[in-house]
Order: sequence, then C-alpha cells, then structure tokens
Amino acid sequence: MSMKQTPSQTVGPYFAYGLTAQQYRYANTQIADNQLVKGQVAGERIRITGQVFDGNGAAVDDALIEIWQANAAGRFNHPLDQRSPRTLDTDFLGYGRCGTGTSSDLSFSFDTIKPGAAQAGHAPFITVVVFMRGLLSHAYTRLYFSDEASANQADPVLSKVAEPRRATLLAQRKETGTGPEYQFDIHMQGAEETVFFDV
Amino acid sequence: MTQLTKRDWSSHAAFISPEYKSSSLRGVSQNLVKIDPELAELTGPAFGQEVIGPLDHDLTKNGQVNGEPIGERILVTGTVFDELGQPVPNTLIEVWQANAAGRYVHKRDQHDAPIDPNFLGAGRCLTDENGRYKFYTIKPGAYPWGNHPNAWRPNHIHFSLLGPCISSRLVTQMYFPGDPLLAYDPIYIATPEAARERLVSEFSLDVTEDGFALGYIFNIVVRGVNATPMEA
Repeated sequence: MSMKQTPSQTVGPYFAYGLTAQQYRYANTQIADNQLVKGQVAGERIRITGQVFDGNGAAVDDALIEIWQANAAGRFNHPLDQRSPRTLDTDFLGYGRCGTGTSSDLSFSFDTIKPGAAQAGHAPFITVVVFMRGLLSHAYTRLYFSDEASANQADPVLSKVAEPRRATLLAQRKETGTGPEYQFDIHMQGAEETVFFDV
Repeated sequence: MTQLTKRDWSSHAAFISPEYKSSSLRGVSQNLVKIDPELAELTGPAFGQEVIGPLDHDLTKNGQVNGEPIGERILVTGTVFDELGQPVPNTLIEVWQANAAGRYVHKRDQHDAPIDPNFLGAGRCLTDENGRYKFYTIKPGAYPWGNHPNAWRPNHIHFSLLGPCISSRLVTQMYFPGDPLLAYDPIYIATPEAARERLVSEFSLDVTEDGFALGYIFNIVVRGVNATPMEA
C-alpha cells in the first residue's frame, strides 16, 4: 500500500524553544546540540562555522542547521551500516543541531570530527539540512572539505554539479589557536547560491 | 535492494511562493541537483527513551508552575507511516505551539496576548511499536503576523519528525478542521491544493476522552526506506 507524503511546512520563527531550547536558554531540554564529540571519539577534532545569507545578502538570524555525518572511519551510527570492520565510536552519533540566533555574528557552529570517506572513490562530506522561516521545505546540501582536493576531484556527486558552482560546497579550512576550523557559508540565493540537492 | 522513495514535490510547496513574503528572499531559487541516495541519505540519527521525560508528551502538565494552563484541553494522536504504508515505530516527534491566547513562549513573540505562566507549549514523544503517538495539550489560539494587512495564522501545532533516515526528516504544521483562517493563510495555501488536506487533523469522538479532552487524529506520512543493511 502506498501513501502520500505529509506536506512540509516552514519551521517558522519560533522553533527555538521547541528544537534548540538549551542553546537559546529556555528552561526545557533539547535532544541534540552542536557538540558532536562526547566521550572517546577517534578522528581529527574540527570546528565548522558559517552564516546563512538571504537573497539580499543579509545574515539570517533565525535559521536552524542540522548536520549528519560518518565517523572518522567513514561509518554511520545506524543499523544499515554493518560494514566490517565496524569501527563504531559508540559515543559518536554524528548528528547535530544549531540555530543562528545566539551568536553576535549570527553564525552557526559545530564541534565535531572530520569524517572519513563513506565509500571508496568518494570524498568525505557532511550532510547539512537547512530550515528557516520563509523556507517552506527544508533544503539539503553537503559540506565538502577544501583540503581534500584530489578526493573532491574524483567524487561522483561533486562531479554532477556544474563546475562554477562546486565552490559553494567547499568548506574552507583555516588553522586557529583552538584547532582547525572550516568556514561554510550558506547562500539561499544570488550569484553564490549554495547548491542544494534533491536526495 | 535498497529503496528510498523520492521527495514528492507534488506534495510540497514551491520554495518561492509569492503570497508568503519571506519565501521570496529565503527560498532556494536554482534547480536542485538530483543525486542517487547513498548511505549518508539512507541512515540518520535515532533517539530512544533516554531523551523522553515523563511529562514530555503532556503539554497540559509540563509547564505548570502554580496551576493548570488556561484553554481547551485536547489530545492529538495518530500513526506515523512511511510512504510504503509501513508504520514507523520508535521515531521521535517534537512539537511546539502557541498558548490558548495565541502567544508563544518564544522571547521574540511580541504579540499583545497574555503569556500563560503554566503553559510552555513544547513537548516530544516517541512513536510506539505500531507507529502510534499521543500528546495532550491546550488548543492553540490564532495570532496576527506581519505578512500582509490583517494577516492571521490559523490555529496550528508545529511538528518535527526524524523518521527512519535523514532523508525522511519532516517539519510540518498540523491544523484544525473547519478553521476559517485556512483559506487566507499563505503558508497553508502554498501547499499544492491536492495535498493540503493532509495537513488538517480530524476531530474524533472515538479518541475524545469523556469528561477530559477533545480528540484529534493527525496521521503523518514520511518518505519510505526499504533497505537491507550494507555489509562488506
């Protein structure tokens, strides 16, 4: 029996106390935050940060960003991934949430580990999901890493993206006093519009 | 053979829907790039009872400070299915909503309607082994918003679901049957007409609890995954 999908509706302006209550300092709790490394987790610690821009180039102060990623061995913490060796960090779920409304520059950030490639011949990446007021259906994109040039060159998904737009998917690495940081800005529209995927 | 049903764009609003003003600068404007699902799309986070507190499903109780919240007590129940018709067990549902006066706890909500000190308006639960869920809450009020002159949002409850994988993620809003504001709401109307009624709950005397709370049924359908684990 097949059924019809329930339509998506915007997350609206008031998701903060529903989905990210602790980040926004409400008294109730949230199920996920922007600290993905909890306990013993293998891999290079990285920070991902960025802003979300609307069609006027204004930073969006009420976007919700979610990420989903493999661990350093390229394995997902999910029953469908039974590949061996199953080097699962049991403490690493690989899922994070962050709203853009609590930092002074309206950025999101995630402290996580750099994922390994999930399949041979593919570049490592992180799935990024974007929600905000004004966005009637959430949008999927992928964050690839600027320091993986040769893997990116060979990646079959990046290859589907017109060459001039690929740069919108590359998070730019820089070394900071607190470790490596990747800058990943998301542009909803305009000349630099981020590539979004129909997955 | 692994199968992930596609996002059904005949069921979802266009990214840019001019009547909904803020979509014009925030909606995706270029075509999406189609990709075949890989493990990253077929997998996703799962949460269990460890994230559910004893009152998380009961919004009539989880915000109480010194008494009962004001308003019409209701329950909302239903089944989460995937598009293949299978119930989705043990999946997380998060909800948030305005109070009976149409005011959110959210710090940014400046609508001149009273905060209810005994109502938070946020909760969560897991579906059971048959995909069923139930919340108790207060019927949310309508409220004005700035989209156009005399714009009012119909009564609604925000729902967020994870489903079996990150690709089945769904954020939506549940409406109430017979609400006259639906016909004027750009967010509701942005949904293709044939799909809109799936956003409207059904009043049910069968699930209404005698002497306690009116019952509404809201079944939810997310994308389906029919998959065998990847081994190697």
